[in-house]
Amino acid sequence: MAEMFALEFERPILDLEKKIKEMKLLSGNSKMELDDEIARLEKKVEKLRADVYSSLTRWQRVQLARHPERPYTLDYIRRILTDFLEMHGDRGYADDAAVVAGFATFQGRSVFVMGHQKGRGTKDNLYRNFGMPNPEGYRKTQRLMELAARFQRPILSFIDTPGAYPGLGAEERGQARAIANNLLLMANLPVPIVAVVIGEGGSGGALAIGLADRVLMLENSIYSVISPEGCASILYRNSAEAPRAAEAMRVTARDLEELGLIEEVIPEPLGGAHRNPLETAERIRETLDRHLQELCALPVAELIKRRHARYFQAGRWEKAKS
Amino acid sequence: MAWFQKTKKGLAPKEKAEVPDGLWLKCENCNEIIFRKELQKNRFVCQKCRFHFRIGSRDYIELLLDEGSFREFNVDLISVDPLKFKDTKRYTDRLQAAVKKTGINEAIRTGIGTVDGRKIVFGVMDFEFFGGSVGSVVGEKIVRAVERAREQKYPLVLVSASGGMRMQEGMFSLMQMAKTACALSEYAKEKLPFISILTHPTTGGTTASFSMLGDVIIAEPGALIGFAGPRVIKQTIGQDLPPGFQRSEFLLQHGFLDMIVDRSRLKDTVSLMLKHLCD
Ligand SMILES: [Zn+2]
Repeated sequence: MAEMFALEFERPILDLEKKIKEMKLLSGNSKMELDDEIARLEKKVEKLRADVYSSLTRWQRVQLARHPERPYTLDYIRRILTDFLEMHGDRGYADDAAVVAGFATFQGRSVFVMGHQKGRGTKDNLYRNFGMPNPEGYRKTQRLMELAARFQRPILSFIDTPGAYPGLGAEERGQARAIANNLLLMANLPVPIVAVVIGEGGSGGALAIGLADRVLMLENSIYSVISPEGCASILYRNSAEAPRAAEAMRVTARDLEELGLIEEVIPEPLGGAHRNPLETAERIRETLDRHLQELCALPVAELIKRRHARYFQAGRWEKAKS
Repeated sequence: MAWFQKTKKGLAPKEKAEVPDGLWLKCENCNEIIFRKELQKNRFVCQKCRFHFRIGSRDYIELLLDEGSFREFNVDLISVDPLKFKDTKRYTDRLQAAVKKTGINEAIRTGIGTVDGRKIVFGVMDFEFFGGSVGSVVGEKIVRAVERAREQKYPLVLVSASGGMRMQEGMFSLMQMAKTACALSEYAKEKLPFISILTHPTTGGTTASFSMLGDVIIAEPGALIGFAGPRVIKQTIGQDLPPGFQRSEFLLQHGFLDMIVDRSRLKDTVSLMLKHLCD
């Protein structure tokens, strides 16, 4: 079996787990001698896990959010939705594989689902452009959200992108306008919208499918106005200062919950979503379902009113004492 | 009297113009040495090559609105430091420095004024204040301006000059993109025009939200307009950017602007557009 990718702080845990597994295989024959040792190691790994994951730094969460083994949008779509019909193309220029979208069944009702899609492995990542959409990706979602609204289908959005793609073609084809149009559309879309950040919430490229009635975040996902590296290269003139920037910008799910900018943090299994994708998906399903049911009970006018109120209160300022 | 009033209400004496001090200035495009007074007379446009020097919010108020007509509102909204943000300096210190440098409270000024006698709600960003970056206050002032325009049934004219969202307010800044879009989506239901004027530079989340949402989008010549900054794009693609990339003329060619208008004709153009749409 191929060696699993491991972050620095994951390595000691994975090594111990591997050792325990090997010993268990061995102990099949001569049970008695190894049992004590296995028990000792299991206790040790349990303590190690608890220690590491109860005191993650913001930068470690950034790394977990970008973990190459982390479940991506299509993984969750497959696990918590059925009857998914993926749809393609912006009807103007191209299909963008960095964004997936289509209709599916969620808890017995038809919904529109969309999300950024990262690739697994080099080839797949090139195809998915590392989950960084071009304008046609956003225009695909725009087209299909309009369709969803016309047929009164609620919208689920999975957010997981380093950002909108900063390329020549993207600028030529109006990246800014594409994002802005999505925001304007979503601001007034007469159906419930629930967004869940499953990995990286990279700035405007994330928000472009993230203006929603409820915004949920997986515990180890991040959401920020600029990437920690981008922030660091501007403010500290050194992108290696990204960990500091992640601290300063407060990019984690818990941070944003504390700041009142998201509705709920969805706890991940110990070690992160990639250590137990099924359990993670199940938790997302439950949380999404609860929020969607609440939203579907609201009359449209009330829904939009609350959506606007949600964003109007986003910001902190004061009146100067004159 | 009119002059006196304007000085008192429109221009705080400590406000500084964008263009650097000095009797003689060099055009950064064609290297022409220009007498300051001459440049001022020509709205800070080089007469040899038509290069538009960057000018400040005060200059645009004078340029676009009838003399002395601007009544600023929400001047007293000021930024706080919700994240207790500190890089090499504290955000609060940077804010204070920006206020001191520019004589204004934030990167946008909003109010009511007239264009050839027609009342409009007018907002103008100021690049000198924190690179025209959008934080909570800028977002809030735009939303209030849009709401005012909607309630009083006035057209909305917004001049952008911005490097994007303000990192120092983290996600609060990013939310201003959604927040301004919500306000504009309500405004768009009315039979009222939103004219967006893009000046050098307008980039990042600013472009990807309210700036690009104008019913009419006008740019000054040669302005840098885009989502990603040129440096980031260059880094991503690993090659130099073609000449003229992300400039107004490039955007017009690719279909993202209605027109490019020389500063000398900007007011007349806005006025005429308002007439076409509103009379
Ligand atoms: Zn010149």
